[in-house]
Amino acid sequence: MEIFDLTIHELHDKLKAKEVSSVEATRAMLDRIEAVDSQVNAYITVTPEQALVEAEAADRRIAAGDIAPLTGIPMGLKDIFITKGVRTTCGSRILENFVPPYDGTAVAKLKEQGAVIVGKLNQDEFAMGSSNESSYFGPVKNPWNLECTPGGSSGGSAAAIAARTATATLGTDTGGSIRQPASHCSCVGVKPTYGRVSRYGVIAYASSLDQVGPLTRDVTDAAILLGAIAGYDPKDSTSVNTPVPDYLAGLKTGVKGLKIGLPKQYFIEGLDPDVKRAMEEAIALYKSLGAELREVSLPHTEYAVATYYLIATAEASSNLARYDGVRFGHRADEIRGLKEMYAKTRAEGFGSEVKRRIMLGTYALSSGYYDAYYVKAQKVRTLIMQDFLNAFNEVDVLLTPIAPTPPFKIGEKLADPLQMYLSDIFTIPVNLAGTCGISIPAGFSAAGLPIGLQLIGKPFGEATILSTAYAFEQETQWHLKKAPL
Amino acid sequence: MKYQVVIGLEVHTQLTTNTKIFCGCSTKFGSEPNSQTCPVCLGFPGALPVLNRQVVEYAIRAGLATNCSITQRNVFARKNYFYPDLPKGYQISQFDLPICQHGHLDIEVEGETKRIGITRIHMEEDAGKLVHADISEVGDDSCVDLNRACTPLLEIVSEPDMRSPDEAIAYLKKLHQIVMYLGICDGNLEEGSFRCDANVSLMPVGSTVFGTRAELKNINSFKFIKQAIEYEIERQAEILDDGGKVIQETRLFDPNTGTTRSMRGKEEAHDYRYFPDPDLVPVLIADQWIEDVRAELPELPEAKRARYVTELGLPEYDAEVLASSRELAQYYEETVALFPQAKIVSNWVMGEVARALNDDNNRSITDCPVTPALLADLLKLMEKGTISGKIAKTVFDEMYKTGKAPERIVEEKGLVQVSDTGAIEAMVDEVLNNNPGQVEQYRGGKETVFGFFVGQVMRASKGKANPAVVNELLLKKLKA
Repeated sequence: MEIFDLTIHELHDKLKAKEVSSVEATRAMLDRIEAVDSQVNAYITVTPEQALVEAEAADRRIAAGDIAPLTGIPMGLKDIFITKGVRTTCGSRILENFVPPYDGTAVAKLKEQGAVIVGKLNQDEFAMGSSNESSYFGPVKNPWNLECTPGGSSGGSAAAIAARTATATLGTDTGGSIRQPASHCSCVGVKPTYGRVSRYGVIAYASSLDQVGPLTRDVTDAAILLGAIAGYDPKDSTSVNTPVPDYLAGLKTGVKGLKIGLPKQYFIEGLDPDVKRAMEEAIALYKSLGAELREVSLPHTEYAVATYYLIATAEASSNLARYDGVRFGHRADEIRGLKEMYAKTRAEGFGSEVKRRIMLGTYALSSGYYDAYYVKAQKVRTLIMQDFLNAFNEVDVLLTPIAPTPPFKIGEKLADPLQMYLSDIFTIPVNLAGTCGISIPAGFSAAGLPIGLQLIGKPFGEATILSTAYAFEQETQWHLKKAPL
Repeated sequence: MKYQVVIGLEVHTQLTTNTKIFCGCSTKFGSEPNSQTCPVCLGFPGALPVLNRQVVEYAIRAGLATNCSITQRNVFARKNYFYPDLPKGYQISQFDLPICQHGHLDIEVEGETKRIGITRIHMEEDAGKLVHADISEVGDDSCVDLNRACTPLLEIVSEPDMRSPDEAIAYLKKLHQIVMYLGICDGNLEEGSFRCDANVSLMPVGSTVFGTRAELKNINSFKFIKQAIEYEIERQAEILDDGGKVIQETRLFDPNTGTTRSMRGKEEAHDYRYFPDPDLVPVLIADQWIEDVRAELPELPEAKRARYVTELGLPEYDAEVLASSRELAQYYEETVALFPQAKIVSNWVMGEVARALNDDNNRSITDCPVTPALLADLLKLMEKGTISGKIAKTVFDEMYKTGKAPERIVEEKGLVQVSDTGAIEAMVDEVLNNNPGQVEQYRGGKETVFGFFVGQVMRASKGKANPAVVNELLLKKLKA
């Protein structure tokens, strides 16, 4: 077992026992990045000097007996997180050289605990994508099979866990961008309830859907990391002022008598046979642990993808208007006049998927189409939320696949955006409903590619999905398997 | 004139909150460019707006003072357009659910009262400023100053109810007075704290169908508003007279030429793609909040004026002048509270006080060196007969210059009024003896000469003789 293989809680124990120092752990991680990241491309920016300074500070803190759960732990951040003094690109050329003057709230919370940030992770440009192929900094390779995508948009955050180039990472999830790559890279990923974690200092894609969450090696780490970043933030008007439970303390609650719903719309024809088999095994396991499983209905599921691509793109078209070349980021050279500055700057700065979504969203909001698209999508969103609330009157947790298939090949779906959009069909409804979901390793395909399992909880029901996931993890070995890298 | 003008006004008032509407930056005017900015008002990636609740309270005040109904569930919307002074590429404003609706103001023009409808009042953030100045290091490029970005505004939109430039001015002045009374806007037109856009159209007299309107922008004084509207009436009338059609467009007023010129036509009009801002939650205004604000509303100019007439017995004119600004009214009321003779105080405030402030570079009444307490003391000295009215004016000037108490000035300068009958009688006798001709005239029936005698006696006493005593003695001696 190498230092870079350890979980947060394992490394924490070693740091606390002074068996290893944070500087050693950080060096080990930086060496590992140096050794394997050229194959994976999980990192956009590595910050070795700063990381070692932080590690030294963590060691001093530990020596003084002041150790928090994340003190001295080498972590990576999706490059969507604003980091003071460290380039933050959001996977885009338009922010290629953008060095922010402030830290976001989640990052500040990690730093308060003394976490060590080793670098900024690759992602789909502006979090728009399901395969990490839209990044200006090149695609991320799946450590389980370098020809496959790691999923997206938090592809780097998931791949770094699988490649063991970070002990834990943060990602963001707008339509599945934490859970789907977690599933494809066989790690644990949590999409918390909307409002649970502050969005302050997270570059906005779709403000009403974006949510920050952890990607980790096991459920215990997810509980630790979520606990560290969750909570009300007066800087984010949409963050919710409700107490954060002790997720770690609740992990061993068990599933005896827990009512688990199986939404029939998620177990459809066309589901990959390996995925189907993994789900059946998971269902059998939960039954054997004393959970009650029953079918439920989420009748508006089929409209979720269309609804998502109207709301998310509408918000994105407005959120991305600030990248205009005036105050920061890329500005085109040799421009004549204001309009040309805007046009050239944005034409050069944004990639094709981002442009596609800006256009879609601009159209959905434009005069004469607003009611037919944006307003209608909001109505359907309300129905989808209601579907979940109805289901949660009957059951405590929902169990579903994360994606219809195991990881796909790089380039496989690039030519067909609709096909790509459909790969998020099981994760998108959770964002629209604003509730929480977790992805946990649940097996491998015949070709050896990871398959994830999704547990969906009630709003602010993170403790329940974590304990439900933990019960599964205790009985399985999937999370212990290492990618061949 | 065969055309009737139809005018609707959109007024932007900058609110006097200490901090901006969605961040904690200062709203102070005139600081070093971009010194009052942060990631939020610079529109940096990842930054989020947080509503300044003071803005909501100010908006409720404005709504209640203009007879609006208050919307209890408020939603902020994004108004999307690109401009270098707009950091986020959208302005946070309100769209279909403005905070105040369906209000009105009554204005008076040529003795007639007219009701002007207020369609809506909404909260929004201001944009920054572009500076096109020739700056040595920058050449002729444009520079962006974002100190003003994200400062709070109320946009107050009237119905197209005004039918002359004078009505438009009357409405604007009334609105201006109200927002200043409410303490929500400093009313400074030059600094852009109170800005106006005018929608102007013409229709044939007698018609009820409005013509096509032009929207006039960039008007920053009452004088210019009148000029702009008058020019626009002329321009549109000429087009109509020639059988042409007025086109719907936005026109920019040029204060140098007093004319307007086309800025953009209807086809170039923005599609603002309004939608609810997902970064902000709806603002819910409970009945209690509205009632609390209502309870704390100051007495408004109209009510004050009426009260001055009915309760204090002031003439309409005095009431109007004194109620014209909250500060002046407050000064007046504080003085009356200490010296309860409404008309005498009114004469002094509108006379000596106003003159002194005016001569002193239009100094504000709030930093008048003669405070209401000092003025009341002065008036009391006059009432007691310690000094004459004439001397009181001298004392006032001295008080204004030095800030000293009137008693002290009177004492130091020996200005105590002489009411001693014996001393005055001696002066009266002397004046009558020295002017036998005038005495003859008076006794011959020319009573206007009386004033001459009074003046002579006052001069002899160096202004200190009690005029009442002087009058009495003069009459007695002349009639004898």
